Amino acid sequence: MRPHRSPLAKPVSSEDVFEVQVMALSEVEVGTSAVVASLELPHDILDHLMHLGFLPEATIDVLRRAPAGDPTVYRVEGAEIALRRETARHIQVRRSVQNPDQTREQP
Amino acid sequence: MSCHAPSPPPAVLEESPLKSAQPRGRFRTIALIGPPNSGKSTLFNRLTGLRQKVANYPGVTVEQRFGRMSGIRRHDLTLIDLPGIYSLGGYSEDARVAVDVLKGEMPGTPRPDAVLIVLDALNLSRQLMLAGPILALGLPTMVLLNMADLMESRGGVVDPLALAQELGRPVALISAARGTGIDAIERFLQQRGGANSEIARTLPVIPIELPVLQNPGECRRWASQVSSRTKYKAPASPLWTRRLDSVLLHRIWGPLIFLTVVVTVFQAVFTVGQPLNDWMGNGLTLLGAKVAHTIPVPWLQELVRNGLWNGVQAVLVFLPQILLLFLFIGILEDSGYLARAALIADRLMRSIGLNGKAFIPLLSAYACAVPAIMATRTIENKRDRLATILVAPFMTCSARLPIYTLIIAAFIPNRPVLGSLIGMRACVMLSLYVLGFLAALLTAKLLKSSVLKASSAPFVLELPQYRWPTVRSLSLRLYDRSALFLKKAGTIILAVSFVLWVLSILPLHNGHFSDLASSVIGKLGHLVEPVLRPLGFNWKIGIGLLSSIIAREVIVGTLGTLYGVDPNTQALSLQAALRHDMTIGGAIALVVFFAFAMQCTSTLAVVRRETNSLRWPVIQFCYMSGLAYIAALLTNQILLHLL
Repeated sequence: MRPHRSPLAKPVSSEDVFEVQVMALSEVEVGTSAVVASLELPHDILDHLMHLGFLPEATIDVLRRAPAGDPTVYRVEGAEIALRRETARHIQVRRSVQNPDQTREQP
Repeated sequence: MSCHAPSPPPAVLEESPLKSAQPRGRFRTIALIGPPNSGKSTLFNRLTGLRQKVANYPGVTVEQRFGRMSGIRRHDLTLIDLPGIYSLGGYSEDARVAVDVLKGEMPGTPRPDAVLIVLDALNLSRQLMLAGPILALGLPTMVLLNMADLMESRGGVVDPLALAQELGRPVALISAARGTGIDAIERFLQQRGGANSEIARTLPVIPIELPVLQNPGECRRWASQVSSRTKYKAPASPLWTRRLDSVLLHRIWGPLIFLTVVVTVFQAVFTVGQPLNDWMGNGLTLLGAKVAHTIPVPWLQELVRNGLWNGVQAVLVFLPQILLLFLFIGILEDSGYLARAALIADRLMRSIGLNGKAFIPLLSAYACAVPAIMATRTIENKRDRLATILVAPFMTCSARLPIYTLIIAAFIPNRPVLGSLIGMRACVMLSLYVLGFLAALLTAKLLKSSVLKASSAPFVLELPQYRWPTVRSLSLRLYDRSALFLKKAGTIILAVSFVLWVLSILPLHNGHFSDLASSVIGKLGHLVEPVLRPLGFNWKIGIGLLSSIIAREVIVGTLGTLYGVDPNTQALSLQAALRHDMTIGGAIALVVFFAFAMQCTSTLAVVRRETNSLRWPVIQFCYMSGLAYIAALLTNQILLHLL
């Protein structure tokens, strides 16, 4: 079971995370999470996704794939959003190893 | 209409601004705004006493709706319900409507004097991202945290006073579904002058820093700062809803459950609905005979019983079945399953060049194509949207149920197929639904690979949390549908039956009625018969096809009237009369014709409005009618040779 992350949690800062690699969001395995590094998409869709919470430094949980293997359901900012692979491919993420005290209170 | 009398609320929603009444305060027009699926329409219904459609998926409301706030006895105020938006940069048709109205740039709609921002308290920190740019518009604004009851019961916390301080605007915790917290809205609306108002006094206006408009990064930073300073703790979604998706979207179980749901709905609509229809039919026949007996004038009795009653009754008997279908669709929409179905279908939709999002309007077209075509406004890509509009009428709408059920009950034996899994009648019904669906898919494929070719639009779909459909919301849907159906039966069907009856007795010979064959309607029928003969249709069906251009269910009323006035079949039930008069080939050809044909003036009108052209509805009508003719011709000829 993944620890429940409050949407209040601050963006994961570098000291909480052991950075592994930068990869496309579409490559991240189901059941793990990653932090958005950059988005390379046309303006319209970019704006829409950013307002949904796909912003640099936002943590994204990869929840599950649709029965056909695509689209994939992501949790971002507490909401569940489905994206096709062709869109998620253009979102670069840093895969992180979760630090258990990540949700501690910020001053 | 008097605005201050405690009259019942108007049954229809206004599509245009209401005439101005004398406002009691400084406000006249108030707009509801917020992210999709945050409960704006539920609150709208609560505040106005109207019944705007609500359901549990983003994008239910696609245009602005107006209503007087009679629900809280403020008849002087007009409330505008708006489609949900994620930001002020409109990317789809419905979002642009909301933004234009809010900015006062929508022709014919006054700029709102005040704004009620409706946010989903279950997910406040993201929803606040929208609040920033709206507050920056500078209108008097109140922030409503909806579904506060759910938030609290699931362990979420927020300090509304701290939030009001942060935003510099009044904040209230409400539950639109339960009606709690509405009194705070009443108080907000009572303020007359800015400086003297109660709320302005209790809340010192403090300068607040609002995020730069249209910069999502800034909005996000601001929203998360605000939500952390107001001690917001998001509630945990209950375990069962999180587990539900691992089953409903499972690789194997997901599609299987989806198919099972679909088959069960058809099976139930037929096996449960049919006896209810028969029961209603028997009641109506008895009632008709009783009513006719009390009429002393023979020709009038003839008119009422054979003309009007037969026509209206033939359609009315299908009410239970149609309600059953709407009940199932209501459960799917209110629970949140519809968005999951769109997700499951995305692969299929992509193969025909459409977006998974187009699946939501197509599914709702099973109820009726008109709202489905309106719902295409949520599709961002214009060509995708047009393709969806053009194929939506192929989806089997509830108006096809009467003729399908009538023909199937009359011609298809009630035998189990595949063991006792599904009945033969339900099987034929399901095939007709599949036929319509395939026609929609193939036509979409055709359009998308030719005239409406476009690069594929991105698929972005927010999955709503599962919720139990409430008895209240479901029964309101059924009530509204019954009212609509009865109204149709009492107006269009009644009028058509009357005209047909008159045409069936004219011209008069020495004061005597014509017999059916030599009447005006008989002559007209025989005129079109040669075209329809190869399809296996007789002249009465021909008249039915002509009259059902108004609306599909009219054919059943027409056949009821025509067989009712025909002395040869007068004593028979409509089913028996059809068996007496048609071959099985012609009967199946008839339902196949209805699977394809565009027999609905309301749909044509809405296509004309939504595409803003006469060309598309004309092309659509010709294409669908042509397809219907060819398919029915093939069906009848093939069955003729096989049987």
